[in-house]
Amino acid sequence: MSEENIDKSYKEWKNDKFDKTAQRFGERKKEFKSDSNRTVKPLYTPLDIKDLDYINKISFPGDYPFTRGVYPTMYRSKLWTMRQYAGFGSAKETNRRFRYLLGQGQTGLSVAFDLPTQIGYDSDHPLARGEVGKVGVAIDTLADMELLFDQIPLNKVSTSMTINSPASILLAMYKVVAEKQGVSSEKLAGTIQNDILKEYIARGTYIFPPEPSLRIITDIFDYCSKEMPRFNTISISGYHIREAGSDAVQELAFTIADGIEYVKAAVDIGMDVDEFAPRLSFFFNAQMDLFEEIAKFRAARRLWAEIMEERFKAQKAKSKMLRFHTQTAGSALTAQQPMNNIMRVTLQALSAVLGGTQSLHTNSYDEAMGLPTEDSVKIALRTQQLIAHETGAADTIDPLAGSYYIESMTDHLVKEARQYIEKIDELGGMAQAIETGYIQREIQENAYRLQKEVEKEDRVVVGVNQFIEEDEEKNNNLLKVDPAVENEQIEELKNIKVKRDDQEVKDALTQIKKAAVNDNNLMYPIIKAVKAYATIGEISDVLREEFGEYEAQYI
Amino acid sequence: MDNFIKVLIAKPGLDGHDRGAKVIARGLKEAGMEVVYTGLRQTPEQIVRSAIQEDVDVIGLSILSGAHSYLFPEIMNRLKKADHSDVAVIAGGIIPEDDHKKLKELGIKAIFQPGTPISKIVDFIENEVQK
Repeated sequence: MSEENIDKSYKEWKNDKFDKTAQRFGERKKEFKSDSNRTVKPLYTPLDIKDLDYINKISFPGDYPFTRGVYPTMYRSKLWTMRQYAGFGSAKETNRRFRYLLGQGQTGLSVAFDLPTQIGYDSDHPLARGEVGKVGVAIDTLADMELLFDQIPLNKVSTSMTINSPASILLAMYKVVAEKQGVSSEKLAGTIQNDILKEYIARGTYIFPPEPSLRIITDIFDYCSKEMPRFNTISISGYHIREAGSDAVQELAFTIADGIEYVKAAVDIGMDVDEFAPRLSFFFNAQMDLFEEIAKFRAARRLWAEIMEERFKAQKAKSKMLRFHTQTAGSALTAQQPMNNIMRVTLQALSAVLGGTQSLHTNSYDEAMGLPTEDSVKIALRTQQLIAHETGAADTIDPLAGSYYIESMTDHLVKEARQYIEKIDELGGMAQAIETGYIQREIQENAYRLQKEVEKEDRVVVGVNQFIEEDEEKNNNLLKVDPAVENEQIEELKNIKVKRDDQEVKDALTQIKKAAVNDNNLMYPIIKAVKAYATIGEISDVLREEFGEYEAQYI
Repeated sequence: MDNFIKVLIAKPGLDGHDRGAKVIARGLKEAGMEVVYTGLRQTPEQIVRSAIQEDVDVIGLSILSGAHSYLFPEIMNRLKKADHSDVAVIAGGIIPEDDHKKLKELGIKAIFQPGTPISKIVDFIENEVQK
């Protein structure tokens, strides 16, 4: 059928059938909008994708621009990595949870660190009081990391670590623990988050100002390209941007813009783009709008591939492949009727799988109330296993390609994200755009819009503003972190400090300072320091002294 | 007497989640209150000092990190010592139900869980401050 004929038939259908019927019976809503506030038409047809060139814009899995997936066989060869983010209390306790998860069929590890660790304070720092072991595991020295990975073979499992400002310290510890297990660095697989820009925007665990932070990051790129070639050196994260209240377009645009800034920084110090770009990885959110999310993942791949080719003249295919982890949206979980969260997570996880994710964390239904229990985590993991093995969603590659709706939305998301990126370019790049508060303002505006929509019931949240149950049973079955952990951790730290060789620590810290001043790669002296059991706080303090601390601006 | 209810929205501890704090701050402003937001990483001491300096009627504490069991008693004790127990303290974030009773015994007036409409918080504050 020719385009003209379709156009003619479509208009007839629209005028004679749709409009008339809609007039007679009305429509459920005055306006149908996607989660990102984009108008959703009643019907999509071949006309919506008539200008879309299949080979240039969609293509085949494993082929540029990777819209249909980064690998030729996708889940037909290997399912995504099922990777539940976990960590609480002491290293010993978290090690137990890790081994439980691996025993239940989880295929990768993901470490949650407590806030003092993430902000470079030891457990005995005054600002760490009340926080030790709360949102993740407490790590002070190499001794804790040795316990964390006890009896876990690091040559067989890949590990993701949510660590940003002190990423180089934790990466160094991981390398040394592996070495002690007899596993050499070039065999290690995993990811460090190492994405400081989104910390300023959305997540809050920054230590240093942007410039030295970017330098620490490019040091890691450089080090890993030589010594840890299988390790993902960064996980450029839209997840937290979305959690802070952005919409899907903003999540996409700001994440890719962060990526551009990191590539620029590395190229600026003289690195060859094809040397480090294959090890860049990404991290996205899976929210509730099923189709928009699937289109977002597909759009992300196309957009990154195009940018790496156009802007940075990347040659290797791997440099243009956007590989990503997904986590279901924490902010979509409700404290009301928490069992409903199991269904929310299922749909979000499905969007990630249909969008071609490389790894996935599914949230537990009780996380709007506190830390998940072993049982609730198990249901979350089972959700992934069920999607993988029972639904057929993983049996053919990119099954929604060719859907008029999905393809046209994928294309629109790319274009809208590009407009944002142009605006960010005009502001002088992402670091500058953050400095002016522009990015934070855009996200806050949207967060407020979402809240208003829920309050006006323009946006229905089941169990929260509709289908409410007044006398809900309370869920008291939450995981509790033993308050004794803090003191035990502080005691343990004291013991380590007594046992270690103080002179060795002092010398190692001096080496770090020298490298910081002389612009030498920080990774090498940091590895020496962690081997001497220097603490995260001690190493961070040396860098604080040299680099200063970031002061956030509030608008 | 001034006409505005003045509120300090505060982020105690190292928690970086401030979507809720910012949305509430804006909502209260639109409801006609004067709002000061502290920003991240505030110690109990800093929060109490800001509350006194700004002469607020209400402190709203937002926390999602689980450190409330240590930080909230610190804040309440410091308020008491500074003779400012008349400031109404409310809280929100991820605070397990099991902890609510203890926190209320400390004098925290209300704990709002995720999903609470801003209008409910506005009503609560207006009632509380009139007393």
